[in-house]
Amino acid sequence: MTWETVIGLEVHVQLQTQSKAFSGASTQFGAAPNTQASIIDLGMPGVLPVLNKEAVKMALCFGLAVGAKINKRSIFARKNYFYPDLPKGYQISQFEIPVVGEGSLKIFLDDQTEKTIRIERAHLEEDAGKSLHDVYQGLSGIDLNRAGTPLLEIVSKPDMRSAKEAVAYLKTLHQLVRYLEICDGNLQEGSFRCDANVSVRKMGAEKLGTRAEIKNINSFRYVEKAILHEVERQIDILESGGTVKQETRLYDPDKNETRAMRSKEEANDYRYFPDPDLLPLVIDDALLDAVQKTLPELPEAKRQRFVETFGLSPYDASVISSTRDLSNYFETVVEKLDKAQAKLAANWVMGDLSAALNKENLEFAHSKVSALALSELLTRIIDNTISGKIAKTVFEIMWSEGLAPDTIIEQKGLKQVSDTGLIEKVIDEVIANNPEQVAALKGGKDKLFGFFVGEVMKQTKGKANPGQVNALLKQKLGV
Amino acid sequence: MHFNSVSTLKTALEQKRISSLELTQLFLNRIQKYDRQVNSYITVTAEKAISSAKLADARRAKGDTAPLLGMPIAQKDIFCTDGVRTSCASRMLDNFIAPYDATLVQKTQAAGMVMLGKTNMDEFAMGSSNETSFYGAVQNPFDIERVPGGSSGGSAAAVAAGLAPIATGTDTGGSIRQPAALCNLTGLKPTYGRISRFGMIAFASSLDQGGPMGRTAEDCALLMNVISGFDERDSTSVNEAVPDFTAHLNAPLKGLKIGLPKEFFTDALNPEMAKLIHDAAKVLEKEGAILKEISLAKSALSVPAYYILASAECSSNLSRFDGVRYGHRAENPKDLLELYCASRAEGFGKEVKRRIMMGTYALSTGYYDAYYVKAQQIRRLIFNDFNNAFSEVDVILGPTTPEIAFKKGEKAADPITMYLSDIYTIAANLAGIPALSMPGGFLQNLPIGVQLMAPIFQEAKLLNIAHRYQQNTDWHTRTPKHFAE
Repeated sequence: MTWETVIGLEVHVQLQTQSKAFSGASTQFGAAPNTQASIIDLGMPGVLPVLNKEAVKMALCFGLAVGAKINKRSIFARKNYFYPDLPKGYQISQFEIPVVGEGSLKIFLDDQTEKTIRIERAHLEEDAGKSLHDVYQGLSGIDLNRAGTPLLEIVSKPDMRSAKEAVAYLKTLHQLVRYLEICDGNLQEGSFRCDANVSVRKMGAEKLGTRAEIKNINSFRYVEKAILHEVERQIDILESGGTVKQETRLYDPDKNETRAMRSKEEANDYRYFPDPDLLPLVIDDALLDAVQKTLPELPEAKRQRFVETFGLSPYDASVISSTRDLSNYFETVVEKLDKAQAKLAANWVMGDLSAALNKENLEFAHSKVSALALSELLTRIIDNTISGKIAKTVFEIMWSEGLAPDTIIEQKGLKQVSDTGLIEKVIDEVIANNPEQVAALKGGKDKLFGFFVGEVMKQTKGKANPGQVNALLKQKLGV
Repeated sequence: MHFNSVSTLKTALEQKRISSLELTQLFLNRIQKYDRQVNSYITVTAEKAISSAKLADARRAKGDTAPLLGMPIAQKDIFCTDGVRTSCASRMLDNFIAPYDATLVQKTQAAGMVMLGKTNMDEFAMGSSNETSFYGAVQNPFDIERVPGGSSGGSAAAVAAGLAPIATGTDTGGSIRQPAALCNLTGLKPTYGRISRFGMIAFASSLDQGGPMGRTAEDCALLMNVISGFDERDSTSVNEAVPDFTAHLNAPLKGLKIGLPKEFFTDALNPEMAKLIHDAAKVLEKEGAILKEISLAKSALSVPAYYILASAECSSNLSRFDGVRYGHRAENPKDLLELYCASRAEGFGKEVKRRIMMGTYALSTGYYDAYYVKAQQIRRLIFNDFNNAFSEVDVILGPTTPEIAFKKGEKAADPITMYLSDIYTIAANLAGIPALSMPGGFLQNLPIGVQLMAPIFQEAKLLNIAHRYQQNTDWHTRTPKHFAE
């Protein structure tokens, strides 16, 4: 029997507004407990929510980016349940009519095939606070700093058919929200959280199987592992003649297993109803146009443009377009270069530069070698002032000492030697000093040609123009 | 002095015949003397009152002429007051010192008014008799065996007994108008959104509205000028220009079309009361108004629709009282569930629990459409009813209550009968329109109220009519004998 996996994801994206969804308190992460909770976040008697317009703009930004239907009139609803980190006893969310309706997101799998995942909806809601169970002996602490932080809950259709597709979707979504600058994407701090609805069905079956909702999967790796484990669990149940229960399961990354949290029967009746403290959210065309104007070029469009305009490989193009910082950097580097040299620029950005950044854990925006400086360095390779190999040395000095490439080339005397007479003189010496190797080469040991190139470069401290060295050597050795 | 209207006291203050401090002290003394019998205050803020009175006198000495500068006021204990217990008459909030002022309170303070204290009320404003208060029932100053009405019963009794010149109330289904009627006061429930709800502890958010309770329409107009207006902290407050509510109090009523809904004059209404209401209408007719019978066909549906919607909203609004952050917390709960259950079981009274349960039921999966959604549809029909009526007439006139103040305990055991006390007042809350109750005579030596309703934002029209009526009658000047001294 073969089984088909069906996955739908619910992603909570924390919107990076300055203040909370319904109060003026700061949303900064990491402050001392309860120092960023206003009377509104504390759910004091008599307080009322006022919607943060920035959060709405961010939701619209996302909706437009995934080509979604924007609901011109959406409703805030109360989701009622008791929990100590939920101060009002209800969460303000959207239920029947969310601000963002159906849209879609294109994903690329490892083999570069593409697939479109449909998005069912995205709605605005407020986050709860945090319960701290390990701070006080025998007591739980409540930190309400996070309470009221705006979230966009993005719900996909059950369109993914493997854990790998789920991860690809999540990564694409993660990239998108960071591109749109609506979320900092920090998984560890909980800015991007995922619940997975997983079910299996017989290959070819129309009807969806009973699903389990897996909570608490806060890394891309765990998503894959949790889904794989859950699929296996469900198949085992079905193949041994059992039935899968509809329930909520918690993923435990330490044990790599999911375990039941609550079944459908135990599930809360949230008693959703329209929040009478908030008017319907009305989106007018002016606001929508204004948000549309702020939309950046999206990753997929950028990737295509890099392939078409610069002739980058699809792989390079997707790496370079993976973040706005990186692609901005790259585009600044290539701005003054010939388009044909874009590949060289891509190699440097993805190679030496990325390595240097990684080593010091820096973002592109904080690179010690600016995009303009790197562009100047590449110009010197292209105009033959230095070789690619010397350029690496120059780059290292640029990185550590912050000097301009031309200054370094000048000061260190790294300028490439293109004087034929000088190179000939060195070649003559090398040939004279190595008669045995000359004989061997002429006897058919072709590989020794590299030895001569190396010797000449050594003598010239790497500064000789490699092209000229090759040509002259061939001529002199008669090979 | 203590039964004088605010407008009279205002003149006395302006002419420096009395200082705010003296006036404040006078009321504080009366509270001390009489409130043990009336039980109209939960908290008396004597020290604060004296210092605000001194401050008001100092402001006046410097030439400040704010209209209600130095005027004492009683605040319903549903409005949050910074540093002062704000209990909502519930054991749940008996220990709750509010950390901020409600917008309405801020506005009265900025105007230089002097808060005497926080008045008694039905617990969380749920009730029509002021018997559900954790702090005990309030007596009707006209007959201490009887209820003052509710939920703003403490405010009504305080003003009626001369323990405050004016007070604030809140009205979710009649909680300003019904006690005003039973205590011979003028009470106005403004248009929904006219007065900020920020800091007013929510009962049913889509219906709650604060407003004035005073001796005269003019007094209500003066207070309306202070407390009205858009508040950016309340998303449901309306950004609508606030008129000077005193400007047209004397406008002639000639040609004013007054509708009398036939559905309000049925067997449910005490016939002697019906006669007094018609008498009041005739006074206005003499002033040049035109009377017309109209129909509010859906008004019979308002009570059931109201008790679904108000209970549904309250079941959610009161969830925050969970014993975790403030308010009553049960001792030694064995786990979280017990903390919740015991804190709420101990903290809330019977009526509050009843409504939380009704509301929870109405919002539950499987019942939501049959109850909540249906009630919202009825609400829309009632709104349409009024719209149709207001295409024929300018205002609507009828009774405020079906009968005079009832005896304490008389209806306490039968919630349905109690709920019917609001049969004439609820529709205005469902439609969001302004409505006023004014003294319209006496039956068995107990006051009755005449209710006026107008289209949204026409509070000034209601105050104008009530004022003209009060120029031609003296019912509103009658005060309870017992508290004369």
